[in-house]
Amino acid sequence: MNALPEAEDLLQPLVDELRARVTPASAMIGLYTGGAWLAERLHPMLGLREPLGLMDIAFYRDDYHKQGLKHDPKRTRIPFDVEGKDLLLVDDVLYTGRTVRAAMNELFDYGRPRSIALVVLADRGGRQLPICAQHCGARLEVAEGMRLRLKRAEGGRLSFELEHAA
Amino acid sequence: MPPNPQLNANGELQHLLSIEGLPREILIRILDTAESFVGVTEREVKKVPLLRGKSVFNLFFESSTRTRTTFEIAAKRLSADVINLNIAASSQSKGESLLDTVANLSAMQADMFVVRHASSGAPFLIARHVKPHEHVINAGDGRHAHPTQGLLDLYTIRHYKKDFRELTVAVVGDVLHSRVARSLIHGLTTLGVPEVRAIGPQTLMPAGVEALGVRVYHDVREGLRDADVVVMLRLQNERMSGALLPSAQEFFMTYGLTAERLALAKPAAIVMHPGPMNRGVEIDSSVADGPHSVILPQVTFGIAVRMAVMSMVAGH
Amino acid sequence: MRTLIRNGRLVDPASGRDAPGDLLLAEGRIAALDGDAKGASADRVIDATGLVVAPGLIDLSARLREPGYEFKATLESEMDAAVAGGITSLACPPDTDPPLDEPGLVDMLRRRAKALARARVYPIGALTAKLEGERLTEMAQLAAAGCVAFSQANTPITNTQVLWRALQYAATFGYAVWLRAEDRWLAQGGVAHDGEVATRLGLAGIPVFAETVALATLLELVRSTGTRLHVCRLSSAAGVALMRAARREGLPISCDVGIHHVHLSDRDLGYFDAQCRLEPPLRSQRDREALAKALADGVIDCAVSDHTPVDDDHKQLPFGEAEPGATGLELLLPLALKWGAEQKLGLAQTLARVTSSPARILGVGAGRIAAQAPGDVIVFDPAADFRIVPEALRSQGKNSPFLGHELAGRVRATLVAGKVVFEQP
Repeated sequence: MNALPEAEDLLQPLVDELRARVTPASAMIGLYTGGAWLAERLHPMLGLREPLGLMDIAFYRDDYHKQGLKHDPKRTRIPFDVEGKDLLLVDDVLYTGRTVRAAMNELFDYGRPRSIALVVLADRGGRQLPICAQHCGARLEVAEGMRLRLKRAEGGRLSFELEHAA
Repeated sequence: MPPNPQLNANGELQHLLSIEGLPREILIRILDTAESFVGVTEREVKKVPLLRGKSVFNLFFESSTRTRTTFEIAAKRLSADVINLNIAASSQSKGESLLDTVANLSAMQADMFVVRHASSGAPFLIARHVKPHEHVINAGDGRHAHPTQGLLDLYTIRHYKKDFRELTVAVVGDVLHSRVARSLIHGLTTLGVPEVRAIGPQTLMPAGVEALGVRVYHDVREGLRDADVVVMLRLQNERMSGALLPSAQEFFMTYGLTAERLALAKPAAIVMHPGPMNRGVEIDSSVADGPHSVILPQVTFGIAVRMAVMSMVAGH
Repeated sequence: MRTLIRNGRLVDPASGRDAPGDLLLAEGRIAALDGDAKGASADRVIDATGLVVAPGLIDLSARLREPGYEFKATLESEMDAAVAGGITSLACPPDTDPPLDEPGLVDMLRRRAKALARARVYPIGALTAKLEGERLTEMAQLAAAGCVAFSQANTPITNTQVLWRALQYAATFGYAVWLRAEDRWLAQGGVAHDGEVATRLGLAGIPVFAETVALATLLELVRSTGTRLHVCRLSSAAGVALMRAARREGLPISCDVGIHHVHLSDRDLGYFDAQCRLEPPLRSQRDREALAKALADGVIDCAVSDHTPVDDDHKQLPFGEAEPGATGLELLLPLALKWGAEQKLGLAQTLARVTSSPARILGVGAGRIAAQAPGDVIVFDPAADFRIVPEALRSQGKNSPFLGHELAGRVRATLVAGKVVFEQP
């Protein structure tokens, strides 16, 4: 398997790609935890007018009945009206697609956006739902049973981390 | 002591029966989770799909429209189906036993029982007899416990006061008969509140209450001095005159919370009451509606706290 | 019928004897022991090698639930349980339905018990009609029918004038009165010892002074009337102190304690264990220790099972609604042995509290191993474990705080009037 790319190197190309998509109605929502870190970096780089929204999909997960409620769910805060917005939904890694499904369900409980585009730093394949990313920093191959996550260092530096899934 | 019947083998919350005996981490987790649910309750669509397809039975052996309603709202906002049973008026009067009633409802595929009962310990008895996938939440049992009320009180205190380890909390009134007081006291001591005071006449103080970690005051002025939080307890009508107290008027005169007495507490003190309030008995209207009062936010937080508890137990 | 019990460890609590020996029973009595019994011809020989041979237990409080509560237990089931527990004599309190306040009821109970031919049954008559604490019963007629004493069971007389008159009347004829010391007003509504545990559990409390206030009243009335008073089910350290002083003064009094109360305290309520709902309530650890010690030093004369079979419908309820009481006939011996071991008493001293000592209060000749004493004898294995599970209990009452526990002490044979009425290999 190839070495993991430097996460920091993927940010600028992703921003360049997103800029073409930005409209006056654009707004960004990051998914806890890795997607929120990523969105906190992308949001100022894009200079979006609406403040950044952060979302924890713990209450919409489809594995609740098996896994129970996630420890310490964060409070979802969307400081703008999603009605009619062009949303950039940001997550760190796209895998099965279940998180994105849950996030879209939660989003629609806030209102009816005009469009949603999915932005991820890495797509590791392995989809279980018909979902794809419109903007993707890198496509990686990761063995099943491994978990790919974004990490944030003290100074804010982002990097990928690979570990055995619990 | 036998193992704590609220926790499963992994130490997770299986039922919520009492705050006593719950580790600090679980209390904090409930409060943190409730905070996320406060976000949900402020949305346009105040509903999440967590308990979709689950049946929550509100088993109220003692009627209480208010508490039942808050549980009903919480369950519905979690997308559960809610069945309200006012048992006080049905099977119990036909002589059916408590456990038979529960067994019957269990056969209707219940997932959760929210139990209010006039006898201390009734929810423990039910929890001992339900199936492994069924959960019991105590919505008030006798004088023993009212854990969701205690948790929403803790939530409210944390919301306004942040650090539990620097607080003085005064609980005023009928501690003897109060499940609210017991639950709150256990919660406060578990979270490290250094000074919890119980204020009231000897007739309304239970034997050995100091063992719960409180300091008893019979003089209301002394007890309120420099308090950060003042919790007024409800005085039941039937106890206002008799062998415990001569009259409601005299109780107000000796223990009622007035603006003048509240001035003895810290300037930023908050005033709480579990409701329903008896204005002019426990509390003066000017205080109940005044700037220190957080009585209505308590109610709002109560929904989120109950959503947190229900979603945590039902996930195990 | 002659029965020889051979090679046992012969324990006589009355004399303090504890030595190997043989015992011969004939014509319903102990005919001979040791050398006199050795080699005697017998119809039946019981080999007691490794076992203890002792007088049968005498239990001053066992509810047989007849008449009136046959759904909780019947005379048959409870008499079986008694002899299986090594109890050869028992006194039954008058709280049946109707209460034992008429000679006819007492007579019927005695006949039924006699026909069953197991343990000896001594009825205690009601002190007041229907136990209501208002009208005296016909004590002389009840005594003629077989009542050995008079009692209010768990329903104290609230009217102290009636109490005084009842004690006077009983004293006139020399009848013993057995009463629990509990002020009904102070105990009203309470379901547990008024202390830290009840406060935590939110249970209405019964203060210790509910006992001492009533006890002080009783003792004062005894000083005036001279009534022979037996105080039932002492529950507190303060109660023990009052009894100790009163005995020193020489009042004609005696007292007992429920065997559960020397082992359990309010801590054992755990999370509302209704099996620990007893009358009087289990009190603090300090009270428990005082009771256990007073039973050893003789301020408390004897331990009783206070056997109270309760059916599931009345026990599987929230603590305060559950009916008080525990099954006890089959636990009295193992629990007495456990108490004796904890107090570091010898076997003779331990057994005295459930044999010779209650025999004295009851005024019967049993409770001892001596020539010409009644042939009420048990053979038991003090080391054999007994796991307390519902199936192991012969009593219809399966209600016990000790369910699931292992206790040492199993009865192998019980003889009443020289006849084997229970045997278990």
